[in-house]
Amino acid sequence: MNFITYLRTKKLLLPLSLGLLGLVIVIVSYLNNPQSTQAVLGSTIRQSTPIILGALCGIMCERAGIVNIGIEGQMLLSAFIGFMVNVWTGNLFISVLAGMATGALLGLLLAFVSVTLKLDQIIGGTVINILALGLTGYFYTAGLTTSGKIQPITLGSLAQIPLIGPVLFRNPPITYTAIILVFVLQFVLFKTTWGLRTRAVGEHPRAADTLGINVFSTRYINTILGGAIAGLAGAFLTLEAVGSFERAMTNGRGFVALAVMIFGKWSPIGAWGASLLFGFANAMQTQFQFMGTFNIPHQFIGMLPYLLTIIVLAGFGGRARPPAAEGSPYEKE
Amino acid sequence: MTEEIPKQDGFFFWIKQLWLGVRVPLAAVLLALLIGAIILIASGVNPLEAYAALFKGAFGSERYLLRTLEKATPLIFAGLAVAFGFKAGLFNIGAQGQLIMGALTSAAIGFMITGLPTLIHILLALLGGALVGALYGAIPGTLKTFTGAHEVITTIMLNYIAINITDYLADGPLKDPAPSNIVARTPKIADTAIIPTPQAELTIGLLIVLLVMIAASILFFGVLRNKTFKIKNRTLLFFLRFALVLVTGVGIGLGLRFLTPNFYASPVEFSPYQAIPLPIGFMIAILTSVIVWFILMRTSFGFEIRTVGLNPHAAKYAGIKVRWMVVLAMVISGLLAGLGGAVETQGVIYRFQPGFNVGLGFDGITIALLGRNHPLGVIFAALLVGAMKAGSNVMQFDAGVPSQIIDVIQALMLFFVAADVIVRWVIRAKPKSGEEKIKLTSGWGNQ
Repeated sequence: MNFITYLRTKKLLLPLSLGLLGLVIVIVSYLNNPQSTQAVLGSTIRQSTPIILGALCGIMCERAGIVNIGIEGQMLLSAFIGFMVNVWTGNLFISVLAGMATGALLGLLLAFVSVTLKLDQIIGGTVINILALGLTGYFYTAGLTTSGKIQPITLGSLAQIPLIGPVLFRNPPITYTAIILVFVLQFVLFKTTWGLRTRAVGEHPRAADTLGINVFSTRYINTILGGAIAGLAGAFLTLEAVGSFERAMTNGRGFVALAVMIFGKWSPIGAWGASLLFGFANAMQTQFQFMGTFNIPHQFIGMLPYLLTIIVLAGFGGRARPPAAEGSPYEKE
Repeated sequence: MTEEIPKQDGFFFWIKQLWLGVRVPLAAVLLALLIGAIILIASGVNPLEAYAALFKGAFGSERYLLRTLEKATPLIFAGLAVAFGFKAGLFNIGAQGQLIMGALTSAAIGFMITGLPTLIHILLALLGGALVGALYGAIPGTLKTFTGAHEVITTIMLNYIAINITDYLADGPLKDPAPSNIVARTPKIADTAIIPTPQAELTIGLLIVLLVMIAASILFFGVLRNKTFKIKNRTLLFFLRFALVLVTGVGIGLGLRFLTPNFYASPVEFSPYQAIPLPIGFMIAILTSVIVWFILMRTSFGFEIRTVGLNPHAAKYAGIKVRWMVVLAMVISGLLAGLGGAVETQGVIYRFQPGFNVGLGFDGITIALLGRNHPLGVIFAALLVGAMKAGSNVMQFDAGVPSQIIDVIQALMLFFVAADVIVRWVIRAKPKSGEEKIKLTSGWGNQ
């Protein structure tokens, strides 16, 4: 009983029981049908990668008080630049770096527009989205492919564990990076000076300023770093997942990432859990289409992630408490 | 003594006000075209040649001009939808979804019902499209009011859902059953639902009437403000102005038509007697923007909407039902978008086909901001964007520039008009005093 009260006070009861339920379902379905369970879970991890990276970008920005609605555009343009650099150089590592640099540049643009020009941040983000859509549409030439995709790395004997091995330890590097980043960011945000300063700037910039924290530069740095993470998500799409570029290939993932961030209450680990849920929805969607057993039109399965986003937002968006100073430009006195 | 007070109401004062309102968007457009030219040079194209082709494709002949108006029509509706949302402090990115839901509904009413009198069928289909658009807009409004889910994300998600729904319907229950049809699309709507297409000769006359109407409305809305007429009742004044504009417009238009028979005869290939799609939809769009302007600026409901947009807290203490207003604003915004979809279906496309009206929602954002959220401004912004869209085909053909450059220029226009600080710095303009600034970013939860 004591344990349950402890969990309740820490507000861990719901996530933990949901996790346990999920675990039971996974084990039962693995015993029944190991092959497709493994496929679905593996696909869940892969599908959740761009979403969690986007959500991490959102967390970085919003914890410092910048609303970033341009994640979608950051992902799209980085996916394109990463892809083009790969076509020109053939080097995957440089391409990923180029993608991240693109995301960071767009982050710089957003920071400039919302911190220095004090523009409405939602309009600033929308500008980035439309700009990315236009630029990629104009410079895109059909028929190009990358010289190879990023290949999975098997982590030695860990990959031999049944179910967990192939799902968790046989992934390409950006997927690993995403999972590592979740924990790194969680630590940095809540256990380091830099994280404390970031949160202070996002909650009460005036107080932070009084204590000698540079609000402007904190917001700039966070938005740029966040942009780089969104760029990584873009690079994941072209270089690790698909191997080619298509117009508007991000398909709303940047916005789903924002919902995931809200669902996860602006904490990296919470967002990771939420992104796994979305990854799972996506994975089931492909699995349904693959099996074709249910006689549901594919369009209805296709709306699943979007419906889920709305339900999540409607169910949790109202109760969530965003960083207090979010969205308002800081005016120095 | 009165001479010493600067005249607040005269014609020249009004022109000056107009200039103050117009100069920043104008400079933003020019800056965007300039940067677009740099991009064109970077991709090895002569920008002058490209822009000349663009201009020719938009205004070069009467067929091109009509095409521009045709393209501008749904854009006006999309721009009005977004602008109406902005006025209430809501960012409706979902105009796209509401528009295609409206378009599909109007197509469905158009082909499923037969045997109705023409006018009734047209109106019924228009009404159906508007209604479904309104209902689709009500969803994010209700969600925002009752659960606090931010409309920016919900409307975008609803766009994707709308694409899936319409895709399913056009490829399933409502698919064109003709054996020759292999794509996902509905059958052609009944002739009674089609917004009619008068002869081109008439078109030219009406076109001039229309353009003059716009020009005249600008002049007269200012001129009548002069206290010469001493009319106190503002509603009466409004209708009087409108009637005056109409009469003058028709008068000047007809006069021009008879004085110069070859005024707008196209130089080549098209006889002026050929049947050309007459943009009656465009006139419906202009009428709608006048109505929207009237509701926003001249009714207490519009005043309440604007108050909610400027300061929801003050609105609440003034006794305005803010939550209800949010829902209502989204409903009207959706209604405008849905009507736009219906007008395009019944006036241009004649059926619903997925992918035929893509991107209009995003264009609506550019147009609303470029037009300063003012219904008249929206008309001109939509004409500009419509001209670019119509001209881009010719540009692609003549100058070999991918038509997607238009999207880039449009994004730049949006950037510069949103970042008006940059533009003001470039043209050294101080902000107009008392300008309404609407704050959209209010966090994700309840305000």
